[in-house]
Amino acid sequence: MIIADAFKDGKAFMPFITCGDPNLDITEEIIYALDEAGASLIELGIPFSDPTAEGPVIQSASERALQAGTTTDKVFNMVEKVRKKVSIPLAFMTYANVVYSYGIENFFQHSAGLNVNAVILPDVPFEEKDEFAIPCKESGIDFISLIAPTSARRVETIAKQAQGFIYLVSSLGVTGVRDQIHGDIASLVQEVRSHTAIPIAIGFGIGSARSAQEMAKYADGVIMGSAIMQLVADHGIDAPDKVYDFAREIVEALKD
Amino acid sequence: MNLQPKGRFGIHGGQYIPETLMNAVIELEEAYLTFKNDPDFQRELTDLFNEYGGRPSRLYFAKKMTADLGGAKIYLKREDLNHTGSHKINNVLGQALLAKRMGKKRLIAETGAGQHGVATATAAALLDLECEIFMGAEDVKRQALNVYRMRLLGSKVHEVCTGTATLKDAVSQTMREWTRRIDDTHYVLGSVMGPHPFPTIVRDFQAVISKEIKEQLLEREGRLPSAVVACVGGGSNAIGAFHHFIEDKEVRLIGCEAAGKGIHTFETAATITTGKVGIFHGMKSYFCQDEYGQIAPVYSISAGLDYPGVGPEHSMLFDEGRAEYVAITDDEAVDAFEYLSRIEGIIPAIESAHAVAYAKRLAINSNKDDILVVNLSGRGDKDCAAIARYRGEDIEE
Repeated sequence: MIIADAFKDGKAFMPFITCGDPNLDITEEIIYALDEAGASLIELGIPFSDPTAEGPVIQSASERALQAGTTTDKVFNMVEKVRKKVSIPLAFMTYANVVYSYGIENFFQHSAGLNVNAVILPDVPFEEKDEFAIPCKESGIDFISLIAPTSARRVETIAKQAQGFIYLVSSLGVTGVRDQIHGDIASLVQEVRSHTAIPIAIGFGIGSARSAQEMAKYADGVIMGSAIMQLVADHGIDAPDKVYDFAREIVEALKD
Repeated sequence: MNLQPKGRFGIHGGQYIPETLMNAVIELEEAYLTFKNDPDFQRELTDLFNEYGGRPSRLYFAKKMTADLGGAKIYLKREDLNHTGSHKINNVLGQALLAKRMGKKRLIAETGAGQHGVATATAAALLDLECEIFMGAEDVKRQALNVYRMRLLGSKVHEVCTGTATLKDAVSQTMREWTRRIDDTHYVLGSVMGPHPFPTIVRDFQAVISKEIKEQLLEREGRLPSAVVACVGGGSNAIGAFHHFIEDKEVRLIGCEAAGKGIHTFETAATITTGKVGIFHGMKSYFCQDEYGQIAPVYSISAGLDYPGVGPEHSMLFDEGRAEYVAITDDEAVDAFEYLSRIEGIIPAIESAHAVAYAKRLAINSNKDDILVVNLSGRGDKDCAAIARYRGEDIEE
């Protein structure tokens, strides 16, 4: 499977989960549940102590995961098990320091060995990306670029070098469910499309089937994280079933 | 658009921040480059520095301390005498004026001990800007008086309860707030850290310290100092005190980090001494972290030095061997806090006391014709209750 496969059957549902919350065994079950429910690609968050792009839900999830003893190596081991059953594209999402401290090349080679298809680092903007994107590409993994409502004059440059898919940040601020997404998503998407043919996935703030449907009108995929991690926070070890039900709802909604 | 990496100090520095913030830091850099050379802006800033901030600060010859230690001549650069009681006001006046020229209506800032928060609230009051300060819940408890000061000055104070609820979490939360509301808001970063252009802007506003030291010492002694000693958390007072001496290779530059309970314990904040290179809070630099890159909870008796990173220019000066970095324990700092109070009648901030502690050691091992300049970055009134408690006296603020 390659990244493009996530977008070939209609609108892609791209859930994000924080690995290790409440523990890595449950994370493994949640991945199976999402896969079975019809997720197109799963973003696996490797927890970081100080996630500056995250809202309260994923901050707390990261904190619980680290308290449970989650490490980069343990996440790799979990993914190795998962890969025996799950074939849809997987992406790692974490922060620059997690990758840097592991050794940048080492991190990407390990990821490639696990058939991880993409890596997303929200604190590595275009200006700093070569240090990561070049060794990432050499390992055969796509380094995902983010575009925000504030990107303005940067959109063209970023879009033209983007690989895999574009992660379009829906609105200002950090991750987390919002009642409404303001701003002109349509024209931002249109601008991105004029510079690249790769798929566009919208994330940040999408919390319900309705808002997923709304965003899918513009984009090729929708990314949902905080809504899922809130279920994990509320249900702990019983979360996999709840996540399955929620994911089914979204997948169905995206078919309409 | 040409998007080249910017703001490097050797391998350190850079702009490791979310895409949402990139245009804001680019605009800030453009505005800074414009106003930096604008005589009108510089005149207004100098006027604020002098008439409002109380500059130039005195370079005081510590005669009794010098005689007591029996070695090098010791001068104290009295940044503690600035308005709001520390060097923080230099940077804040500069950034607030810049924000105003950029048309911003609102300032946000992080604070640890509260000195930077108070300084920012002060500048906001003076320049008619809205102001919101983010402060770790632990620090809100430890520095209740400063929280009141900020409110008195018209600012809103937000308690940050995430993570270790101290300075690093306050920085993270202020960054998050900035991504939420960028258009009318300037983030007044308090030290020579974070993404480019902050380490450069803050250094330039603090460089007035070493400019004055050089002029004042040349006038009094007709020569340069043997060494300049300053405490280092993020490192703004130290960079300010070092800047105009960096090219004078014969002047030793010594940064004093907070060792907390000792560099072989986990309760330390000595970043350069115990940390390794990493990427956090917008910059590549040295950080206290574990083997997987998780940022370590750090500790120091001094809330202002209680930070797991250090500004990128310090990391470069360390790599190049141009500056030296030493670690001073809580015990040594508290001893120096009491020592300077008794011998010179000057109560230093507990942060600055780290520099005083090292200067004592250095002076004893120096010749009588050596000259040490200690940057007394702040005054210690804010620390009296905490130091009393450290010595077992039960007093309330």
